[in-house]
Amino acid sequence: MRIKTKKLALLGMCCAAAMILSYVESFISFGVPGLKVGLPNIVMVFLLYRLGWKETAAVSLLRCVLTSLLFGTVMSLAYSIAGAVLSLTVMTLLKKSDKFSEVGVSIAGGITHNAGQIAVAIAVTGVEEIAYYMPVLAVGGTLAGLVIGVAGAMIIKRLKKVNI
Amino acid sequence: MDKKKLLHDLILIAVCLFVSLALWAVVALSKEKGELVVVTVNGEEYARYPLSEDREEIIVSENGKNVLVIKDGYADMTDATCPDGLCVRQHRINESGESLVCLPNKVTVTVVGGDGVDIIG
Repeated sequence: MRIKTKKLALLGMCCAAAMILSYVESFISFGVPGLKVGLPNIVMVFLLYRLGWKETAAVSLLRCVLTSLLFGTVMSLAYSIAGAVLSLTVMTLLKKSDKFSEVGVSIAGGITHNAGQIAVAIAVTGVEEIAYYMPVLAVGGTLAGLVIGVAGAMIIKRLKKVNI
Repeated sequence: MDKKKLLHDLILIAVCLFVSLALWAVVALSKEKGELVVVTVNGEEYARYPLSEDREEIIVSENGKNVLVIKDGYADMTDATCPDGLCVRQHRINESGESLVCLPNKVTVTVVGGDGVDIIG
């Protein structure tokens, strides 16, 4: 596949932005493991709307691998990839259905991201009680998705005139 | 914004919040004070400690170490070798079903009720 240089540069920039956001996010803690704002998802929502799911998936997976290499462990890679794959799949499907705005798509992404991480956590540790975190994480994911969706929609709107 | 999409968004938010808050309420109401903690490493049971006596244990796993402190009927992870330190940042626990999870070290500490009753299921 031939990628235009401009697009390649843009994707690289988005990946870097997502990595910085996930680094910044690592300082924000709510006392519940896995509960995050999901700042890198702003980049993913933007990419999903401006370019498409393939580019978003590439940037998202690269982001997971690089942040895990830099700040995390092999295990954190498994968690973030599970969350990323699940949320991206759901977000792509919801966007294609054309029934929800960026905010709705982002909320679904936030919740499924947390669900994916919980599923991996249960599979790895074998402790089913971790599922008790799901309601807390679902509320958190809804609110986080709301904030991210609004922010993402703003960015999409403002960068509409920028030619990609 | 498209009005129809806004409506769908609002329905989505309402449904998500309602379902998760309802589940949360069910979990919160079914909680009761636990009597001991079960420590697992790599999914296998590592040890059981009663919450009634104060102690400090170092949980050694192949991935690292976690320091578990039991004090005043609460279990708390006070130190760990994992890079993210999320388990240390979790609040102390004492109700059955609550757990401390250290994903990098694959260590979990779960509170269970007395009498050897398993709370799963």
